Amino acid sequence: MLKRYNISQDIIVLAILLFIAPFFFQNDFIYEIAIVSLLNALICVGLNMLMGYAGQVSLGHGAFAGLGGYIAVILSSNYGISPLFSIFIAIVTMAIFAFIISKPILKLRGHYLAMATLGVGIIISIVLNVEDELTGGSDGMSVDSFSVFGYEFTDSLQWYILCAVLLIFTIWMFKNLINSPFGRVLKSIEGSQKAANSVGINVSHYKSVVFVISVVIATLAGSLYAFFSGFISPSEASFSHSIELVVMVVLGGLGRVYGAIIGAVILTILPQLLTSFEDYQTLIYGAIIIFVMMFMPKGIASLFDDIKRRLFAQNK
Amino acid sequence: MVIGLSSNKPMNELFGFLLSGITVGFIYALVGIGFTVIYNSSGIINFSQGEFVMAGGMSTVFLLKAGLPLGVSFILAIMITSIIGIVLYKLISYSKDSSQISLIILTLGFAIFLRGLAEVVFDKELHTMPSFVGDGSFDMLGTVLTYQSIVIMVVSIVIVVLLYFFFKKTKTGQAMKAASINVDAARLMGINIKKVLMINFALSAAIAAIGGVLLTPITSTNYEVGIMLGLKGFAAAIIGGLSNPFGAVVGGLVLGVLESLIAGYVSSEYKDAVAFVVLLAILFFMPGGIFGNTKAQRV
Amino acid sequence: MLKINNITKQFGGIKAVDDFSFRVKKGHIHSIIGPNGAGKTTLVNMITGVYKTDNGTIFLDGADITNISTDKLVHRGICRTFQNLEICENMTVLENVLLGFDKYMDKSLLKSCFRAKSILEDEIRYKDRAIHLLGLIGLEKVAHQKAENLSYGILKKLEIVRALGTSPELILLDEPVAGLNPKETKEVSDLIKTVVADEVTIVLVEHDMKMVMDISDYITVMNFGKKLAQGIPSEIVNNKDVIRAYLGNGVVC
Repeated sequence: MLKRYNISQDIIVLAILLFIAPFFFQNDFIYEIAIVSLLNALICVGLNMLMGYAGQVSLGHGAFAGLGGYIAVILSSNYGISPLFSIFIAIVTMAIFAFIISKPILKLRGHYLAMATLGVGIIISIVLNVEDELTGGSDGMSVDSFSVFGYEFTDSLQWYILCAVLLIFTIWMFKNLINSPFGRVLKSIEGSQKAANSVGINVSHYKSVVFVISVVIATLAGSLYAFFSGFISPSEASFSHSIELVVMVVLGGLGRVYGAIIGAVILTILPQLLTSFEDYQTLIYGAIIIFVMMFMPKGIASLFDDIKRRLFAQNK
Repeated sequence: MVIGLSSNKPMNELFGFLLSGITVGFIYALVGIGFTVIYNSSGIINFSQGEFVMAGGMSTVFLLKAGLPLGVSFILAIMITSIIGIVLYKLISYSKDSSQISLIILTLGFAIFLRGLAEVVFDKELHTMPSFVGDGSFDMLGTVLTYQSIVIMVVSIVIVVLLYFFFKKTKTGQAMKAASINVDAARLMGINIKKVLMINFALSAAIAAIGGVLLTPITSTNYEVGIMLGLKGFAAAIIGGLSNPFGAVVGGLVLGVLESLIAGYVSSEYKDAVAFVVLLAILFFMPGGIFGNTKAQRV
Repeated sequence: MLKINNITKQFGGIKAVDDFSFRVKKGHIHSIIGPNGAGKTTLVNMITGVYKTDNGTIFLDGADITNISTDKLVHRGICRTFQNLEICENMTVLENVLLGFDKYMDKSLLKSCFRAKSILEDEIRYKDRAIHLLGLIGLEKVAHQKAENLSYGILKKLEIVRALGTSPELILLDEPVAGLNPKETKEVSDLIKTVVADEVTIVLVEHDMKMVMDISDYITVMNFGKKLAQGIPSEIVNNKDVIRAYLGNGVVC
């Protein structure tokens, strides 16, 4: 049970699935959806740690991912810093930013926390829109191509592999973290902050740490997305993007390792499928969210549990 | 934005900003009241409150276009929005999970649904409608005050006064107040909690709809206006302490005036950020609102 | 061991704890009793740093611990349980007890992410000790059940055992048998006695007079935030002021 490297079956299954998938991708458009799904899934893994394990809502992660992306893009496009180093600086900057705001923000709970994170997010998106000399305003800005030590990422498959590997690696670390004493501390914060406090846990410190981790992951994914698409606009940092991310996590299943991925993949693909409904797109999207929250509040991952349970019951 | 300026004198300018701030502030106040009415009775923050405002405005516009007289359109729009409020309540009461986070997502989903519905039933265009009292205006202390602004102020004040008497004097209002203080005790006293909650949702939607109708002649409306209006209304409610409808009125006015002053003197581009900066400042430093209500949740 | 000098706490003009002083001797079970609203829980909250004291000082073994936060106090050897159960219901019974050992465990981020050896060793070591603690209350069998599935009485015991994980020198028990039936009360009472056998000093806030008289070494009586009387159980039983304060409360002495 306490194996050293803990590469469990599910991670191997995920790796195999991600490896096989490209054989079914017929064109660049499908690749694009796949890559965006993977990057959204990456953000959701971090957001799930914050919401599903530590029990702290954030309606601002779209904005954090967007702002992180902008920092990386501006550094690389305007100042000629290499993309990799730009992303690194963006991550460090956003980590510091997240740490500073985490102190007052995470003192709040429930709706208040939700609204405060939302407020920070909207301020970020307004700033990105208004400071057009730096950000190109609402028109956005184009982004130089991505390269690592001279190795250029031009092909969709390269991007797909990069994102898939990153996701697998992140999930492996995430599972390790959740199954360690650190993970137990997070769960105890959701369970009872008073209890956590009474055994010597500095609750606000751990809340900050997990908030910073989730923002760092969001920044990484946000910057990669900008380099991948060759373009960034304030809509990446918009209120609706933040909402989308939260809905992904909840739809997939809060506190479920793979819930975040399921949610991210479904909600990235869904709008593409709904485009054929044109005007009805938003309506159907909203209806699906309502339906899921009413009838499967534990998310889609919990459906798999039910199926598994039934299968095993039949075997017996 | 709302009120044209007829003079360049600084005092007149300031007065103009104040008046337009107060006008918009009353709309924020109405949205904010809607938040507090639902929050008080159910502990829920309704993230589709802004969409109620949009529904009120858009319905009136399209009923008018269908040839109905203004008064009838106005009343029908309020009724339609109230029914939407009741639908939201029904969805919440039938939902399997009542944790805060699922209710946040549920009301967010409902907001998206309403926006989508407005796109389909109405359209994506920007609409306006004539003022109820004509486009007239008169000079006041060197600034122009439109009749519509006066209507907004008067109607808002009337609503606040009516609300006060409703909670204070009527049996239903008292029952609603009792339910907000202690649900179990209220239930034991024979108050029908479900009915009270339903009335609260309908009332909250109706007030938001009135705000939407009042605002449309001066800022016009489309299917997306609810997002910002909802968030600013929430900021107004938070400034007032969230559980106090009359605090929300003060909150709305403070916010409207601040916004107008910042837009006038500092930067019109950052106008929309004012509400959120104020929101954060209140949450961080005065979690109980400016009246120091201690009910706000802290660790 | 614990020295409390003239502490005061006001809530909007009402003095919940008023110029209150007392001392707890090492190894004692020191009970604090008093009618409802006497300020007992407020006192516990002040000692454990939940409330800031308006006035006065608190010393532990000669060191000033006034207004030190709850989590830091745990590292100094003070731990508490709650009047209204605080158990993490989203976790298993074993995880709840393991939480008690949290202060000894390595939680550095990088090591956790990469499953460093020290993390795994900690986990194994403290798991054994947690199971041992569960054994004290006969819960090894349900170790892997979710805490939410267990009865109130069992969770009350679980809370005490969790506190033991922090190896405290002083433990404050806030109404550990409130709401329990006589059988469960007896079990908790026995558990508290075995805790003392391990030389942990106990401050016990409790309404159950039979239990208090049975296990206390020393008793302080509170009323309206002030000290009404103190002494060993036999003195308290016969104290006229105490009887008067409790009159009508149906006290069983």
